[in-house]
Amino acid sequence: MKGLFIISGLGILAMLAEIFKFKKILYPLVLVGILAAYAMTFVDWNPPTDHLSRLDELTASFSNMIRFDQVALAFSGVILVTAFFWFILASHYFENETNITDHFALVLFALVGALMLTSFSNMTTLFLGVEILSIPMYVLAASRKKDIASNEAGFKYLIMGSFASGFLLFGIALVYGATGTFDLGGISHYISNSHGDVPAFFYAGVIMMLIALCFKVSAAPFHFWAPDVYEGSPTVITALMSTVVKTAAFAALMRLFNVGFHHIGDVWGQIMAVVIGLSLVISNITAASQQSVKRMLAYSSISHAAFMLMGVLANKNGFDSISSILYYSLAYSVGSIASFTVLYNVSKDNNGHIEAFNGLSKRNPFLAVCMVVALLSLAGIPVTAGFFAKYFIFTTLIGTPYKWLLGVAVVTSAIGAYYYFKVLIAMYFKPAISTEPVKVEMSHTVLLIITTLFTLAIGIVPGYIIGIFK
Amino acid sequence: MLNGISINMYIMLSAVLFIIGAVGVMARRNSIILFMCIELMLNAVNLLLVAFSTLHVDAKGQVFVFFVMAVAAAEVAVGLAILSMIYRNMKTIDIDELSKLKH
Repeated sequence: MKGLFIISGLGILAMLAEIFKFKKILYPLVLVGILAAYAMTFVDWNPPTDHLSRLDELTASFSNMIRFDQVALAFSGVILVTAFFWFILASHYFENETNITDHFALVLFALVGALMLTSFSNMTTLFLGVEILSIPMYVLAASRKKDIASNEAGFKYLIMGSFASGFLLFGIALVYGATGTFDLGGISHYISNSHGDVPAFFYAGVIMMLIALCFKVSAAPFHFWAPDVYEGSPTVITALMSTVVKTAAFAALMRLFNVGFHHIGDVWGQIMAVVIGLSLVISNITAASQQSVKRMLAYSSISHAAFMLMGVLANKNGFDSISSILYYSLAYSVGSIASFTVLYNVSKDNNGHIEAFNGLSKRNPFLAVCMVVALLSLAGIPVTAGFFAKYFIFTTLIGTPYKWLLGVAVVTSAIGAYYYFKVLIAMYFKPAISTEPVKVEMSHTVLLIITTLFTLAIGIVPGYIIGIFK
Repeated sequence: MLNGISINMYIMLSAVLFIIGAVGVMARRNSIILFMCIELMLNAVNLLLVAFSTLHVDAKGQVFVFFVMAVAAAEVAVGLAILSMIYRNMKTIDIDELSKLKH
């Protein structure tokens, strides 16, 4: 709760910085503010009550609109840590642009939306969180004013985003019509008391909300906008989209379906299983043929979305796999930040073609090593965090009727390893296009060291995060 | 029953309006019309919310409509800004011309 206030305050402060001329100190101020908000998640962390009541009986705020329980705080923590790393990655983005205070404010308000999505307990705050997160992202995606690709990315993101919002709203309206309430607890209560006697349009509403959120997390077959938007946006904004936005959208999806609709898990479970299967197959096969690393990372993010959806699906009758989704989102976010930092330094011209990586091990061995660790983690090779992330998701899914998804996941992960290794081969075995060494900023060096060590550390001792709710 | 009309009729009407909007978004090529179609989708939702709100004798649904209207206005403001930027760079707002990023 306090973290949400701090980030909102920072956003307002960022807008005032232009008028009161403290632009120079804004960047350190934002970094400190994000760390303070992160520290507040520890302050708010109450001693745990028993297992099932965790989501239901903790303090609610604003007429039960927002509920910062431990699950919300844990996901807020992941988002804030990722945002902190992202601000280090994006330091240049804020130096080169003219209207820097606006960019700061937009990113910070997007973070406010992300925190709301981790903690909503009413469909009004779900909708507002989605929009507060999305609208600044549309502007940021289009923030290279002269670049047509960036304009197009912003426009596509806006059209697809508002289209999905329309579905979300229609779903909310139908669910409200059936239950007479916007409150998640109220909806859950209504479903358990009705004993199957609910109007058909209620199910239609649930499915429309599922479709809308699949758009937002870019799961197939609703993923078609993602590669274009990821490729056209400035690289740092793509990094923000594939980490913070994705984690927030997942936290929302998990909260909505595992708290609000978990009594009708069989209805949405089937559809979600099909979505997961399609995402795994389409993303990994298409990614293998991409020539742009940026676009490849976009497809890889679709396949990671499928893995996190597996966690939600395994969760449908209880809350057992929340910590495995948390672990996955942390491992994935940190790995993505590292790989986007390398991509940003290697390919300054924004298109991220794979040839830019040729011979990177000679031009800058440090960047190459960091990229290897990040990609191995994203591919799920043992010792890195990504392996355990996949492993925990698999173990939670094994006890459900959707075991066949594991077969699909294993086969497509093998295909996935191919395109990650394509980058590794380019870095180590292809001749470089120029012998000029790649220069890296001091701040980026520190960021890469931290993220690489972090990836290895949570891979070696995963128990700390997996056991967080115990 | 609202004013002698069954609630299903209201659901039908808003579903039809919503589908017209959704098909418009997918089929039309002019960006301004795209925005109008999205507005149509959101207004179908507003109609449905108000109908259910009256049915349940509960003001929450109508309050929600205000949120939807405010957010729709914000979205269109951003959308038109992006659109005017595109027009400045490309001298057209036909979305078929927007295909620099290919699959």
